[in-house]
Amino acid sequence: MYLFTANNIFKRYANHTALEDVSISVSNNTVFGLLGPNGAGKTSLIRIMNQITGPDSGELFFDGEKLNPKHVSQIGYLPEERGLYKKMEVGEHALYLAQLKGMKRPEAMKKLKIWFEKFEMTGWWKKKVEELSKGMQQKVQFIVTVLHEPRFLILDEPFSGFDPINANSIKNELLRLKSNGTTILLSTHNMSSVEELCDEIALLNRSKKILEGKVSEIRKAYSTNTFEVEFKGNILGFTNAMGAGAQLLEQEQMGEICKVKIKLSGGNTPNDLLHSVMNVSQIRGLREMIPSMNDIFIAKVNE
Amino acid sequence: MNKILLIIQREYLTRVKKKSFIVMTLLGPILISGMMIVPIWLATRDHEEKQKIEVVDDSYLFRDSIPQNKNLKFVYTEKSLDYTQDNFFKTDFTAILYIPSNILSGGGTVKIFYKEPPGIATEEYIKSGIEEMIYNFKLQKYNVDLSTLKNAQTSINLVTEKISANGTTEKTSTTTQMGVGFILGILIYMFIFLYGAQVMRGVIEEKTNRIVEVIISSVRPFELMMGKIVGVALVGLTQFLLWLVLTISIYTVSQNMLFSTIKTEAFQKEQIKEEVFKKGTNLDVARLDKPGKHGIKAYEALETFSSIDFTSIVLCFLFYFLAGYLMYSALFAAIGAAVDSETDVQQFMLPITIPLVLSFVIAQAIVKEPNSTLAFWFSIIPLTSPVIMMVRLPFGVPVLDLTLSMIFLVLGFIFTTWLASRIYRTGILMYGKKVSYRELWKWIFYK
Repeated sequence: MYLFTANNIFKRYANHTALEDVSISVSNNTVFGLLGPNGAGKTSLIRIMNQITGPDSGELFFDGEKLNPKHVSQIGYLPEERGLYKKMEVGEHALYLAQLKGMKRPEAMKKLKIWFEKFEMTGWWKKKVEELSKGMQQKVQFIVTVLHEPRFLILDEPFSGFDPINANSIKNELLRLKSNGTTILLSTHNMSSVEELCDEIALLNRSKKILEGKVSEIRKAYSTNTFEVEFKGNILGFTNAMGAGAQLLEQEQMGEICKVKIKLSGGNTPNDLLHSVMNVSQIRGLREMIPSMNDIFIAKVNE
Repeated sequence: MNKILLIIQREYLTRVKKKSFIVMTLLGPILISGMMIVPIWLATRDHEEKQKIEVVDDSYLFRDSIPQNKNLKFVYTEKSLDYTQDNFFKTDFTAILYIPSNILSGGGTVKIFYKEPPGIATEEYIKSGIEEMIYNFKLQKYNVDLSTLKNAQTSINLVTEKISANGTTEKTSTTTQMGVGFILGILIYMFIFLYGAQVMRGVIEEKTNRIVEVIISSVRPFELMMGKIVGVALVGLTQFLLWLVLTISIYTVSQNMLFSTIKTEAFQKEQIKEEVFKKGTNLDVARLDKPGKHGIKAYEALETFSSIDFTSIVLCFLFYFLAGYLMYSALFAAIGAAVDSETDVQQFMLPITIPLVLSFVIAQAIVKEPNSTLAFWFSIIPLTSPVIMMVRLPFGVPVLDLTLSMIFLVLGFIFTTWLASRIYRTGILMYGKKVSYRELWKWIFYK
């Protein structure tokens, strides 16, 4: 069941094409990563999803319905370029943005109080925005984005501007929201957070989608059957024993302990490998070298 | 619709709460009523420093004959100019008046030597005093009878009265109408610039703050733009109404204090004048006019003030202020959206400032000919009509002209709003890019 789908989106600006036949489908209650290098068209796609701009052609659906202005109250958007009115008081500002999303003032007030307590910022209510640090402002923005409990959260580089501790608390908050049924679309350059948070991704490059799918499946698909083996023994003996079914890529010796990287071929499994080397060495560990999202990202974009 | 109200409310409240707004609101009326009161006050007050002037009269014509008044005392001396000059600081004379011997033949220069510079009024008084006496000398010399001449000079009274279609007549004063028209024109000009620029700054602020994208994910860019424009318009209206109320109260209070004397003075002068005319005496009417002249003028100006139809002028002012402001502020908003910071504004400001400044320049010609073809056309063209029509209004404008002008202004405002909204929605999301006119042109036609 998809919460949000975009089909065959095209968007052209005066001098360049921002999106060319891009389609994405975001499953209900997942975290979806929208990845891509700078200028790939992520922000263009996100703006179209938020109905800030319209596509030249293509269709968008929210929960099976054609996307329309009514859906604004069910979507929360944290843009990459974000800011607040500097001269406004924090509380008043948060109320204003919440009301623009269609919340009633008393309701927004009640929920804001809860969030302000949760993030330990109750003392900020009467402060002017310009008195807050950048990180503090980001917190306010995050709260305002999720305050109206949207079913679909669109976050563009949500972790930029946060220190590691706050980034972590935001991360936990996102996971909590997900467990409450929220669907999240995340656009980020931070690949480790993609591995941590995302269930599915789509990779854009030069205004086209070049990769999509479940993170686990993508990583598996890009696995090169490479393993790292750590053992006590002689490297020469080890390589002789592993035979033709495996190929030595790297080796490293630290005293008694050897570390090698091996690529298996010809349908050999790690078990076959262990079988053949068990007699000549004492195995300390074996680990499959699954490519990181970072590696896949770089490899695909440079293709 | 609810959301646009929210935006209007925020734009309005943040501005009205500002210190600068409160200061301007209080200061404005004081300045305006000051502008109205001070000149009249200056003209009527008995100012002039006390002067004691030593007169060195080499022509021997003016001995004891330059008229004194309560501020100017003349003391005639036989001593030479050099002597009086040398001893100037030993005496308590404030100035030395030197009249050369050949003054009657038109040669020579009358000189005033002073310790502290005398006022212009003192100089004028002495100059006209001497001139008048020479005039009289010469009349006698040429054997012209003074009273015959006085009789030949007839002073006439000119009053302009307007007859309207329903047959009522009213006293008008072109000077007053010119003044009112011009002030109204300046007000509109000021308001459009002041509040238009506020809209522009607001848009730039939202862009540089990067809040705009958060907001337009909830409302349409057009709603944000209109919300801001309307919010600022309400601020302008609030300020204008406060100014009006405050100015009128300050003016009325000070008028009552200041002009009660002038009115009685003017009334007395009027009576004496009439008596003089009735009796046909040769009393020097011109002389009589002198001290109270300004007072009478001021009183007449006040009288014709009430002949101007202020209700309809205020209503028209509100219309032209609002419509003119709406038209221009949409353009200001578009500029704000197209640039990244206030320093880049200059290149796009020109097309807006030119018609405004132009209308201000033309206004000075139109105030003299409020019903010329020039006046007609410039009060129809929407870009100039708000200022020009204000200048024309106190003179009375045909209903047809007014209707046409209003219709065109509304059309103009609809057009600029459409144009601006096209530029605005693209511009607010463009960061870090220098925009050219060609680019703007393309934005207008984006789908």
